Amino acid sequence: MNINITRLIKGVIPFVLYSFLGIISQFVTSNVYAQNALDTIQKTKTIKIAIPTDYPPYGFVGVDLQPQGLDVEMAQLIGQKLGAKVELIPVSSPNRVPYLQTKKVDLVISTLGKNAEREKVIDFTHAYAPYYQAVFGPKSLSIKTFNDLAGKTISATRGSLEDTELTKLAPAAAQIKRFEDSSSTIAAYVAGQVQLVATGASVATAMIQKNPQLGAEFKLLIKDSPCFIGVAKGEDALRVKVNEVIVAAHKAGDLERLSQKWLARTTGDLPE
Amino acid sequence: MTVELDFWVVIKEWPLLLTGVAWTLGLTFVSACVGTLSGLGLAWVRLQNWQMPSRIIHIYVELIRNTPFIVQLFFIFFGLPQLGFRLSAETSSVLAMVINLSAYSTEIIRSGVEATAPGQIQAGRSLGFSEFQVFKHVILPPALFRVWPALVAQIIIVMLGSAVCGQISTEELSYSANLIQSRNFRAFEAFIVAAAIYLSLAIVMRWCLNRLGKNLIFKGLSQNG
Repeated sequence: MNINITRLIKGVIPFVLYSFLGIISQFVTSNVYAQNALDTIQKTKTIKIAIPTDYPPYGFVGVDLQPQGLDVEMAQLIGQKLGAKVELIPVSSPNRVPYLQTKKVDLVISTLGKNAEREKVIDFTHAYAPYYQAVFGPKSLSIKTFNDLAGKTISATRGSLEDTELTKLAPAAAQIKRFEDSSSTIAAYVAGQVQLVATGASVATAMIQKNPQLGAEFKLLIKDSPCFIGVAKGEDALRVKVNEVIVAAHKAGDLERLSQKWLARTTGDLPE
Repeated sequence: MTVELDFWVVIKEWPLLLTGVAWTLGLTFVSACVGTLSGLGLAWVRLQNWQMPSRIIHIYVELIRNTPFIVQLFFIFFGLPQLGFRLSAETSSVLAMVINLSAYSTEIIRSGVEATAPGQIQAGRSLGFSEFQVFKHVILPPALFRVWPALVAQIIIVMLGSAVCGQISTEELSYSANLIQSRNFRAFEAFIVAAAIYLSLAIVMRWCLNRLGKNLIFKGLSQNG
């Protein structure tokens, strides 16, 4: 069979160019839509929400392999009130903010704490659940102040609030070992690779319950930081709408119910 | 959509990046030396037609070559402590890299040796060399010369693979890039810088190793050896 190469190429070039144009125009239009997330959500009736799957009891994978937890139920609640189907996107601690920055998700409901660094790049709604981070360690180790951490190894999840806050609070002689996600941080402590672990209270509670042989206990409070919902910078319409949902859910007792169900404690004061 | 790039916020963290480069190079240097030497030893054992040791090495090589590096690393760091062997993140990284590289280098060196012409070996024997002398003086130099480019490539792969050691808190280059990125949320810039550094490390390392091979180890050898 005789194939005319020149003709073949001539035929292929427009096709390639056309597909390129198609891809580029997709990019452009999706970005135009992304400028107003609320419109897109209401139009498509779907909302993409980032949730943790390695952070019990906020977000974890149950025996049925489905994500569950406080953050997951909060996501469902928001979706229901906005009249949109929720698409859950599992994220880890270090990539929560980038997912929002690149608009891969509309909201981050992932035990997100508020701090100045994060406020520069994303916006926050009101708080929806209580939370605090602390240093945990064995009873045999005497840790009374942050200065006692000198010379000790502490695992923390890179980019998490406990990482950034502990880096500020701990003396330079403390060795903070940073891991990619919460499960590795905990695993390093359980395996005895580090002496102490800096993490969220509820995660630590779950770890202590599952590993009573470790004799781990609360050592130092790093920060009392309730969970907020993250919204991409400038998505004010969506942020205002979600705030309305949170305020209504707080009044209706939904937030209290979630907190009691998953954390066995009251929501307490939730800052706006 | 406008993208504002700010490389300065990444570059100004140069002490972190430098520490990362030092660790990456250090890990690679140690694992390249130990991994190549042990690969040499294992290849020699495999070529002796000793049933048991040869089979054990074969299983080891296949086990390592058919499992992901990160799983091997996690096994050493998170798994071994349960059996009572607790190694630091840095030791675990070196060990994982050595184990990984020596599996590959065993096979690379063995393939080089097997390509040696039988006549050459018989010539060595007829000169009254012992089996070990034949291996050391007759078989090995041309065999290594033949597979040197493949060995260099494998060492570079191990160097690039060391990027996952940051997952167990070894402070190598990708750990630094990740840390910088999690502090200032400049993911694009941080990883562009890291990629550029890895690229230059790989190019420089390949050039140095090729020179080293040509001018020192195989001086005077030619392809026909």
